[in-house]
Amino acid sequence: MGAKKASPDLLNSSFSFKSLKLKTKQQELLLRVSILGLVYVLAFIARLFSVLRYESMIHEFDPYFNYRTTLYLTEKGFYEFWNWFDSESWYPLGRIIGGTLYPGLMVTAALIYWTLRFLRFFVHIREVCVLTAPFFASNTTIVAYFFGKEIWDTGAGLVAAALIAICPGYISRSVAGSYDNEAVAIFALLLTFYLFVKAVKTGSLSWALGSAFGYFYMVSAWGGYVFIINLVPLYVLVLLITGRYSMRLYVAYNCMYILGMLLAMQIRFVGFQHVQSGEHMGAMGVFLLMQVFYFLDWVKYQLNDTKLFQTFLRITVTSAILVGGIALGVGTASGYISPWTGRFYSLLDPTYAKDHIPIIASVSEHQPTAWSSFMFDYHILLFLFPAGLYFCFKRLSDATIFIVMYGLTSLYFAGVMVRLILVATPAVCLISAIAVSATVKNLTSLLRTKQKVPQTGSTKGVGSSKSSSKVTLDQSQPFQKNGAIALLVGVFYLLSRYAIHCTWVTSEAYSSPSIVLAARGAHGNRIIFDDYREAYYWLRQNTPTDAKVMSWWDYGYQITAMGNRTVIVDNNTWNNTHIATVGRAMSSYEDEAYDIMRSLDVNYVLVVFGGVTGYSSDDINKFLWMVRIGGGVYPVIKEPDYLVNGEFRVDKGASPKMLNCLMYKLCYYRFGELVTEYGKPTGYDRARGVEIGNKDIKLEHLEEAYTTSNWIVRIYRVKPPTNRL
Amino acid sequence: MKKNSSVVVDLLLLLLAITVLATPAFSDLVLSKVERRIDVTSQIARVTKTLKVVNSGSESVSEFTLTFPKFLGNNLAYLSVSHSEGKGKAKRSLANLSVKEAHPKGMPDSISFYSVSLPKPLSKGDTLTLEVVAAFTNVLQPFPEKITQRDIHLVMLQESAQYLSPYVVESQSLSIKLPNARIESYSKLENTKVQGSEIKYGPYKNLAQYSYAPIVVHFESKAAFAVAEKLVREIEVSHWGNVQVTEHYNLVHRGAQLKGEFSRLEYQDRPNPQGVSAFRHLLARLPPRAHSIYYRDDIGNISTSQMQSDSKKTELLIEPRFPLFGGWKTFFTIGYGLPLSDFLFASEGKRFLDISFGSPMIDLVTEKLIVQVVLPEGSKDISVTTPFAVKQSHEIKYSHLDIAGRPVVVLEKNNVVPDHNQKIQVLATLQEVQNIIQKCLAAHDKLEASLRDLSRTGDIQTCKAARKSTDSLLKDLSKELRPLLASLQSFPSASQISPKVEELVAKERELQEKLMAKHTTVVEGYEKKSSGRDIENRIASQQQKIIALRQEVDDLLEFIDEI
Repeated sequence: MGAKKASPDLLNSSFSFKSLKLKTKQQELLLRVSILGLVYVLAFIARLFSVLRYESMIHEFDPYFNYRTTLYLTEKGFYEFWNWFDSESWYPLGRIIGGTLYPGLMVTAALIYWTLRFLRFFVHIREVCVLTAPFFASNTTIVAYFFGKEIWDTGAGLVAAALIAICPGYISRSVAGSYDNEAVAIFALLLTFYLFVKAVKTGSLSWALGSAFGYFYMVSAWGGYVFIINLVPLYVLVLLITGRYSMRLYVAYNCMYILGMLLAMQIRFVGFQHVQSGEHMGAMGVFLLMQVFYFLDWVKYQLNDTKLFQTFLRITVTSAILVGGIALGVGTASGYISPWTGRFYSLLDPTYAKDHIPIIASVSEHQPTAWSSFMFDYHILLFLFPAGLYFCFKRLSDATIFIVMYGLTSLYFAGVMVRLILVATPAVCLISAIAVSATVKNLTSLLRTKQKVPQTGSTKGVGSSKSSSKVTLDQSQPFQKNGAIALLVGVFYLLSRYAIHCTWVTSEAYSSPSIVLAARGAHGNRIIFDDYREAYYWLRQNTPTDAKVMSWWDYGYQITAMGNRTVIVDNNTWNNTHIATVGRAMSSYEDEAYDIMRSLDVNYVLVVFGGVTGYSSDDINKFLWMVRIGGGVYPVIKEPDYLVNGEFRVDKGASPKMLNCLMYKLCYYRFGELVTEYGKPTGYDRARGVEIGNKDIKLEHLEEAYTTSNWIVRIYRVKPPTNRL
Repeated sequence: MKKNSSVVVDLLLLLLAITVLATPAFSDLVLSKVERRIDVTSQIARVTKTLKVVNSGSESVSEFTLTFPKFLGNNLAYLSVSHSEGKGKAKRSLANLSVKEAHPKGMPDSISFYSVSLPKPLSKGDTLTLEVVAAFTNVLQPFPEKITQRDIHLVMLQESAQYLSPYVVESQSLSIKLPNARIESYSKLENTKVQGSEIKYGPYKNLAQYSYAPIVVHFESKAAFAVAEKLVREIEVSHWGNVQVTEHYNLVHRGAQLKGEFSRLEYQDRPNPQGVSAFRHLLARLPPRAHSIYYRDDIGNISTSQMQSDSKKTELLIEPRFPLFGGWKTFFTIGYGLPLSDFLFASEGKRFLDISFGSPMIDLVTEKLIVQVVLPEGSKDISVTTPFAVKQSHEIKYSHLDIAGRPVVVLEKNNVVPDHNQKIQVLATLQEVQNIIQKCLAAHDKLEASLRDLSRTGDIQTCKAARKSTDSLLKDLSKELRPLLASLQSFPSASQISPKVEELVAKERELQEKLMAKHTTVVEGYEKKSSGRDIENRIASQQQKIIALRQEVDDLLEFIDEI
C-alpha cells in the first residue's frame, strides 16, 4: 500500500495542471477503485504461471473427475447429469454420480461456458474449467475488500484484497488448471461469512437472506461447508455468553440458519444431514437456544420481578438443556442422528486418523502441517497475524469477534491437516491486513501531523499556532519522526519481500500440474516426463473399450478421465472394503492376487514406478499404505511381514514376502537387466537409492502390455486362465 | 500357412476363369511393348506401366481397356493414364486421359476393367504410347499376420509376371523394387533375376490375351504402415489474413499385429533395439510459411515433435505418444496457420482458394478423408473444382462472434493416397457481375432523372453534361464486366448460370442503347423547341420498349439471385 499515501499528492499536482481538480473524496474513490481493479487483474494473472510453464490443462487427481463430469453436464444437460449412474468407476459397484458429488463447481463452469456460447465465444469447455479457479480467486479479492472494510476500514479492506490475491496458501489451490471444489468454495465461504457479519451488524433480513444463499452455494460446492455450519453457531454462542445478544443477531442467525438449511437440503449429497447428522446438531442447538433467549427476554419484560424471573430462568434453562440432552440421546441411540464421522473426529483429534482410518491418513494432504509449510504458505502473515489479533482485541465489535474466532479455529484446523491451510488463509490475510493497515495508518498520521505543523507555522505565522506546535513538539518523544519513517520503510520492505516470495512460490512450487513432471537435465535444460498421459492415452487407444483397469486408487480419476476405461477403485474413497481388496491383491503373491483379479474381472493392472527416473511418489513408496488399508479389512495381510526390523526395504535385505508380492513384481519386472545410472550395478533403483533384491522376476498370470518411455507407468495384461487338461 | 493356401486357391480360381474366357470382344489392338515397374518400398504399391499400343485391325479405335485382377482392382486408390510422345529425353507426357470403370458383359468377376478414352481415334497401323500410374493400398499383406516384438516385419505381394490384358502382348517385362535386399522367398519362373533389392521377370514374348502367371514375393518391409482410418481436415478461411488448417487423424498401424508382450527394456536396448516393426514418427511436409503449429490430442499437448522450416517447405516430425506397433491405434490433431495471401487469389472480382486436398503426411494412406472448407461468414455462390470425383455437401458452422454462421463445403473421399495431393479450388463469385449491372441500372435512372429535370427547367446544357458523365460511367462498367464474363465461362461449374448472365448483360446493353436513343430524341426536341406533346409522341414507342426491357432485366437479376 505504499502507493496509497504517496499518490494523492502526485495525483493532485498532475490533475491541477489540467484544471481537472477532483475533490478529495473523489480522488480517494478513484484510487480505491483503481487499486482494486489492479488487484483483481493481479490475482488472475499470477495464477497463469501454470499455463505459461506447461499448458492449459487440468491438474492433479480430483480435478480430472470434475472435468469429466463437467464435460458430461455440458454435453448431456442437467437432468442427465443429475441422474447419472457411472459404471466406469468402482467396478462392479458403479457410482451414482448425481447423488455423490457437490455439483456447484460443475454447474458454475457449465454456466460460464453456456454464457460465453450465448455471447458467440466458442471456447472449449476445457479452457473454461482451467480458468475457473483464477476467475473465482479474483472475485475473492473483491469479497475480501468488502469484508475488510466491514470489520475495520477501507484501508484494511484494500490491504486484505492485495494480500489474499497473492497469498501462496490460496494460490496453491487456485492456479489455472486446478479445477477443484476449493476453487469456488473459498469464494463462497468468504462471501457467506461477509454477508453474515453484515447481517449481524445491520440486523437486516436481506443481508441474512444473501448469506443464506451464499451458504447454499457453499454447500453445493464443497464439503467444507461443515465449517460454516459449526463456526457460525459457535460465534453466536460466544456473542450470547459475552452478553452481546441483540435483535439483530436473532434476525440474522434465524434467517440464515432456517433458509440455509432448507436450501442445503436441495443438494442430494447433503440431503437431510442438517437434521440428522451429529456434525450439524450444534447449529440446531444454538438455534433452539436463541429461541429460549428470546422467550426469556419476553418473559423478563412481562414479569418486572427480578426474583421471580431468576427462578423462572433457572427452571427454563435446566428444562431446556434437559429436553435437548434427552432428544439428542434418544436420537443418537435410535440411530436417527448419526454420530460424528471419522473425518470430523480426525479434525478435532490429529492422532485419530492414524489409529482408526488409514485411508484418510494415507493422503499426503491430510497429514499434520509442518512449521515449514506454514512459513512457506503465509510468510510474513505468520507474524502479522498475532499483531492483527492485538488490534482486533483493542477494538472489539461483533465483526472483529467473528474474524478472531474464524482466524483461531481455522488456524487450529490448518495445523491438523495441511490442506486446511486453505480455509485459514482468508482469515489470516484479513487479520494481517488489519495489522498492516492500522500500523501504517498510525505511522503516517504521526508523520503528517509533524509535517503539517511547520507548514502552518511558516505560511500563517500566527503566534498561537506556533505555540501550539511547540507544545506538540515538546510532548512527542525524541526521534519520533525518524522512528516512524524507519518503521514505515520496514513495513514496506516486509511487504515487498512478501510479494517476491509469493511470486517465487507460485512460479516454482504451485504451478506444476503433477501430470506432467519437469526436471532439470545435466546441462540445465528442462526435461519433461509426460509418462502419465502416454500411458493413459495408450489405454484409451489400444485396449478394448470395456477393459477393467486395476490400480491404486490415486490414479482412478485420471484413468477414467484420460484413459476412458473402467476402474476398480478411484479417488472417491467411499468404499473402504473395495479399496482394501485392491490393497490386498497388490500385497499378495501373484497366484493369490490372480484369484482376486479374476473375481474382479480385471483385464489390466497399472502401477506407477519411479525407479528409473528417481520419481519418489510412486507405488513402492505408497506400498505400506496399501498393506495397512488391506490389512485393516483382511487380517491375512500383516504389516510386519513386509518389514525387516520395522524398516521398509526393497534391496536384498527385504523380507521374502515383500520381494515376491505382486506390487514388487510388477514394478521391478525386468528392471534387474537395466542399467539406470552410470557406474552402478544393474537394477539400481534411483528413487530409493538401492540395488533391488529380486532381479529374476517371472510372471505367470500377467504379461507386460505397455511401459512408458521413462518407465513411470507400467501396464500389465491379465492373461486368461489356461485350459485345464 | 492357412492364409497362404487360400491365396493360392484365389489365384487358381482366377486362372480357371481366364482359361474359360471365350474369344475377346475387344478390338484388334496389340501391345507391342509393355514395361511394368512396381515400387513397394512404402506401404503403397505404385505401379508404373509404359504401354506401346498398335492398331493392327482395320477400324480406328477410340477406347482402350485396362485390366487388373480383381484383388488388385478392389484396392486401387489412384489411377492416371497419360499418353506420351517422342522418345528418350525428348519424351514428354501430355494431358491426362479420362478413365472410367467399365463392366463389359460376359467377363468374369475376377477381373476389373477400366476404359480409357484415347485423345484421338487410333487409325489402322498407328501406334501410341500410354503411361499408366496406379497406386494400390492394402496389397502388401503382412505374413505372418501376428509377430512378436523381436520379429522382423515380412509382407507378401501377389502379382502376375505376365501382363493381364485383353490384348495380345508382344513383349513384356516386369521389375519389382523392394525396400531392401532381404527377400524371404519369391516365385521363380523362367527369366527371373534378382539384382540387389530388385526382382526382374521377363522379358516374355508373344503372350496371348489374358495371360496370367501368378507370382508371390515375400520380403521384409521397414516402412511405416500408417493408415488414417479417418482424417478430417478443416480449412478455415479468415477475413484477417489467415488460413487455419486443423487435421484430426485416426491413425492405425496396418502391418503385422503385435502378439505377446511389449517389452520396454528390449525396445530401448541400446546396441540392438528390438521392435523394428513399430514406427516412432511420421513426417509431415507443410506448406512454406506455416506458422502457429500445434500438435495435441484429446488429453493435451504432445511435446514430442520437431519442426524444421525454410523458404520452400516446413517439415514437422511428429512422434505419437507411444510407438505404434502393428494393430495399435492413436488419435491426434495437428493444426497450423497459413498466410492467406499464398492460397487465396482475388483476381477479377472473385476469390478463389487454391489448396491441396490430402494430408501433408508422407506415405500415409487415408481410408476416409473429409475436407471441410470453412468460408468467411456471408460468402455466397460457392463452387468447388477438384481434379477427381468427390462427394460434396454443405454445412453451416458457428464460430466466434458469428451471427449467421459460416458456410462449410464438405468434401469426402475414400482411399486417398499421397498421389491425390492435388489442388482443389473453391470459389465464391457472381456477386460482382450483379453489382455492375445494378450500377448500370442506377446510371439509367440518373439519365431518366436528368430528362425529368429538363422538362421542368428546360436547361439543355446540364442535361447534356449528365448524359456525358453517364456515358463514360457506363463504358467503364462494361469494361469491368468483360473479364468477369470471360472468367465465368472458363469455370465448368458455372456452366449452368453463365448463359443467363450473358443474356442479362445483352439485355442490359440493349436497354442502354434504347435509353440513349430516347435521351437524344428528347434533347433534340428541346433544342428544336418543339412542343412537349410532340416529344412525348416521338418517344412513346421507345418508352414502351424500355419499360419491357427493364422488366426483363429485373427478372433475370432475380433469377440469378435465386441460383
